[in-house]
Amino acid sequence: MTGAMLKIGVPSKGRLMEKTFDWFGARGVTMQRTGNEREYSGAVDGIEGVELVLLSAGEIPRELAAGRIHLGVTGSDLVRDKLADWPRQVAELAQLGFGHADLVIAVPACWIDVDTLDDLDAAAAAFRRAHGHRLRIATKYHRLVRDFLTENGVADYQLVDSQGATEGTVKNLTAEAIADITSSGETLRANHLKILSDGLVHQSQAVLFRSLAADWTGAEAVTLARLCDRLGLAAA
Amino acid sequence: MTTFGTTPDKAAIRAEAEALFAAFRATGAVPVEADILQPAETLLDLYGEDIRARAYVTADPLRGEMMLRPDFTVPVVQAHMAHGAEPARYCYMGEVFRKQEHAGPRASEYMQVGFELFDREAPEKADAEVFALIQQMLAPLRLRPATGDIGILMAAVRGLSTTDRRKAALLRHIWRPRRFRALLDRFSGRAPMPPARAALLDRLAADSAEALMRAAGPVIGLRSAGDIAARAASLIEDARTPPIAAPEAALLYDLLSLQAPAEAALSHLRGITPMLPAIAPAVDRFAARLQALAYRGVDITHLPFEASHGRTSLEYYDGFVFSFHAADPDLPPVAAGGRYDALTAVLGQGRSIPAVGGVIRPGLVARLKGGRG
Repeated sequence: MTGAMLKIGVPSKGRLMEKTFDWFGARGVTMQRTGNEREYSGAVDGIEGVELVLLSAGEIPRELAAGRIHLGVTGSDLVRDKLADWPRQVAELAQLGFGHADLVIAVPACWIDVDTLDDLDAAAAAFRRAHGHRLRIATKYHRLVRDFLTENGVADYQLVDSQGATEGTVKNLTAEAIADITSSGETLRANHLKILSDGLVHQSQAVLFRSLAADWTGAEAVTLARLCDRLGLAAA
Repeated sequence: MTTFGTTPDKAAIRAEAEALFAAFRATGAVPVEADILQPAETLLDLYGEDIRARAYVTADPLRGEMMLRPDFTVPVVQAHMAHGAEPARYCYMGEVFRKQEHAGPRASEYMQVGFELFDREAPEKADAEVFALIQQMLAPLRLRPATGDIGILMAAVRGLSTTDRRKAALLRHIWRPRRFRALLDRFSGRAPMPPARAALLDRLAADSAEALMRAAGPVIGLRSAGDIAARAASLIEDARTPPIAAPEAALLYDLLSLQAPAEAALSHLRGITPMLPAIAPAVDRFAARLQALAYRGVDITHLPFEASHGRTSLEYYDGFVFSFHAADPDLPPVAAGGRYDALTAVLGQGRSIPAVGGVIRPGLVARLKGGRG
């Protein structure tokens, strides 16, 4: 039976999981965690042939690309950043309307001379001349940020990896600027950073993706059609 | 590695590479080898972060970040600068590695056979030698040549009647057509000043940069209050700078879109030189190059020329640039090259030498010879 199951990957904890359960629940598909509180297993009611796989949101893009899950809920930012040429690997079935966050470029608020990418580029050139190395931008979204800066003709910068507490890197002298996710801008302000007026890299939200690499040759395709019908989505 | 139905096998490509390599050696070029693992820092400092999207980066436990060589030019220049005699002709053959971010027919690992010429005496003759040699070697494939000259664009920018700061900004982005265009539009008054810039200038008129900084927040990070104040001062200076005069800007726009057979392009350039006298030496070099090309049997009456050709490739060409293309527009150039004098200065730590070179992709040559192109 498991061989013909349609596997759907859902974030394994936190608000993203709860909101995902709510979204499906409102459409008659009940998802819940099973077993004890610490066990990552789940069940789906209201539709036959669907198996719930609880995963870290950051791993869902990779699992979709590999075709190990048929559907997955994760942030649009993670899919764009982790998958090269993402439209060839996954298709968007539905934008879920929650998990909103903006990926933005931010610089110290005291940089009165920098408001746009054009300013950032000029400041980077001068910084490199004065300090002997390229202006460092801390981020964990390497592909999205690099593509954005290339597209906008910004040069003389380097990306440095920051997997957490990115807003603190400027004060700690490990970066001169940052590119990070923000929803209210509160943490940025608290760390004396401001967003560039044209520094919006990507507006992210939770999206239900379909893997293009998964096995759709058997009962999974029929299950998908039924699921889409139940969720009120155009079958993809 | 991705393979494709129409790709010739590796043995056929290697045989083709050996033949091309032998042809380069027959001119007296000295064969050189280069490490596959190159220090990432050198390449990143030269090309910027963009190279990360195009080259494979790996970590060496002792030497730090390394890259699988994305081309031979940098290691060959370094070897020459370290212990080469002059003039020198080098040739090389081997794999290069280019990460592909988009699915498609572009290979991520392919052979290159190249030729580099270091010569102080007659750069235009050297340009012609490299171009004619590669054209001759590829003649049976009936490829379409394309040529350009970034030196003319650079001379035109250097000759503008405006501040050194504006010229430096334009030169820095000469390889990024979109940003270059945006800067030129602003410096020539075609695009308005961004509102935030205007507001800042108003505030700087009323208050010192230091006072504005204090009001904005604590100074954090390596970019110092001095750095910020210096740029604020340069913005004030720039705002007082009159726009680049309309006729001068118009000539530069005209130059950016110049596209004509080489001989006709030369006449056009001669025609605008009196209005843009700074380009005269570059135009003379262009004329000398055409003469040298004609001497080597290149048909300069029909040779295509585009002033902007080569502006989007890796940013080190600063003079003559060329490429050879198959009929299929989806194929990358079969051969490409150009002059890179400034690169030798960057890598030579104070020393430099005029240099020109080009590479051929034997994989494409084999494919086209197989009638599958």
